[in-house]
Amino acid sequence: MSDRAALALENITVAFAPRSAGATSYTAVRDTTLEVARGEFVSVVGPTGCGKSTLLNVAAGLLAPSNGRVTVFGTPLEGINRHAGYLFQADALLPWLSALDNIAIGLRYRGLPKAEAQDRARDWLGRVGLAGHGHRYPHQLSGGMKKRVALAQTLILDPDILLMDEPFSALDIQTRQLMENELLELWSADRKSVVFITHDLEEAIALSDRVVVLSAGPETHPIGEYTIDLPRPRDVAEVRLTPAFIAFHREIWHAMRDEVMKGYMRSQAE
Amino acid sequence: MTDQQKLRIYQALLLVAVFVVWHVLTATAILPPFFFGRPLVVLEKIWEWFASGKIYMHLAITLAETALAFVVGTLLGLGIGLWLALSPMASALLDPYIKALNSMPRVILAPIFAVWFGLGIWSKVALGVTLVFFIVFFNVYQGVKEVSPVVLNNARMLGATPAQLLRTVYLPSATSWVFSSLHTSVGMAFVGAVVGEYLGSAAGVGYLILQAESVFDINTVLAGILVLTGFALALDGLVTLAERRLLVWRPAQSETEPL
Repeated sequence: MSDRAALALENITVAFAPRSAGATSYTAVRDTTLEVARGEFVSVVGPTGCGKSTLLNVAAGLLAPSNGRVTVFGTPLEGINRHAGYLFQADALLPWLSALDNIAIGLRYRGLPKAEAQDRARDWLGRVGLAGHGHRYPHQLSGGMKKRVALAQTLILDPDILLMDEPFSALDIQTRQLMENELLELWSADRKSVVFITHDLEEAIALSDRVVVLSAGPETHPIGEYTIDLPRPRDVAEVRLTPAFIAFHREIWHAMRDEVMKGYMRSQAE
Repeated sequence: MTDQQKLRIYQALLLVAVFVVWHVLTATAILPPFFFGRPLVVLEKIWEWFASGKIYMHLAITLAETALAFVVGTLLGLGIGLWLALSPMASALLDPYIKALNSMPRVILAPIFAVWFGLGIWSKVALGVTLVFFIVFFNVYQGVKEVSPVVLNNARMLGATPAQLLRTVYLPSATSWVFSSLHTSVGMAFVGAVVGEYLGSAAGVGYLILQAESVFDINTVLAGILVLTGFALALDGLVTLAERRLLVWRPAQSETEPL
């Protein structure tokens, strides 16, 4: 393992204790090693229910692995990963705070005075295109607006590592491409290390420097790694039409297809 | 005239009709006035109470008991609810006792409170507290348990310390549940106050009713009941106003999502 890695998961195994007596334990992830360099955008794709989110929770420090080691900038991880920002798949905004207060809350947790935190939050509100919507509560925002607030809420803390768990999967396709482009723009400004979980291969190729393919669960492990050397800056809608993109898609999909079928058959059998 | 205004007029007419029927039935002695009272005498009694100012002291005492029972019961319910919800060990230990205390008919405690705290306002406050506490307690407990794990994890990832989690996540979630039960808990505080007065006191609207009953003055008893009812409606209105101000962040059912 190189010391230059921002985030390194080494031989991670996650087994969940059986829910009832007599049941066997469930191994979600087995012996998985994943390294993310500084400034690298890595996507992790895999069939539904393959334990992608589990892996991300381990990287975030929300879940302790049964076995294996997590290091963040060379230091073993203990408790919550303080270098990481986490963008959740589900709505994670605090429903009792306005959009502005939601963006400011991380700074408030760090002890910044209210006025200063709100000033900086107002700046971020503008950066994610929501100037003038700061007084609204989450239930008054559309799905896309909520994601923007969540993005600002995470990025205002300037995390070195950004963990994203299918953040755009609930959005319609147009809003989604818009958000993907905005993400790339924000990311290119200061090149954080990103782990982006998705089940959408096209999204993964369009955004990433590297795509890691996971096997179907249980006992998920990586089965392939592809370096995506498409030129940047990219437009996620346009890059999909280039021959190089289509070649990548064909190659990775070929490797993924059997696993997707396996996952599908397994979910049918249950 | 809007439908709303029409409805209000019909509602008022219904009230008047009830009084007229009551008056006719008792004036013609179809219903014995000794047991059913006379509406005109009842209204006169209420008028006299307010005109002479005699009622204000009693109302103030009943209101003070209600307010104290509500505040103390809510604070206790909030504190103990948060503690038990966040401490699985204590919650498992105390669970059967909480259930037992809750299923016990607590009005029966009134004589004990009268012995402990005397006939002043504190025995009534104590009774009200036992009624309010459990409503608030169960709602807070539920509120903490219902905090979305995603919201909780998000706050943790954003750097919240356990104390900050309590203040910015658990407490707002719990208070929203407390507010949704506000109508019931304010009502219960009021019930505690009046029942306590009725079972033994030296002042308060419940005391007026008790006194009148002991000399078979049914008109004064009914006047007391009417005043209490009006008062309870006013309290409920205040709660509705407070709710509107404090729960702005909660989606209303009819609200559409602005784009």
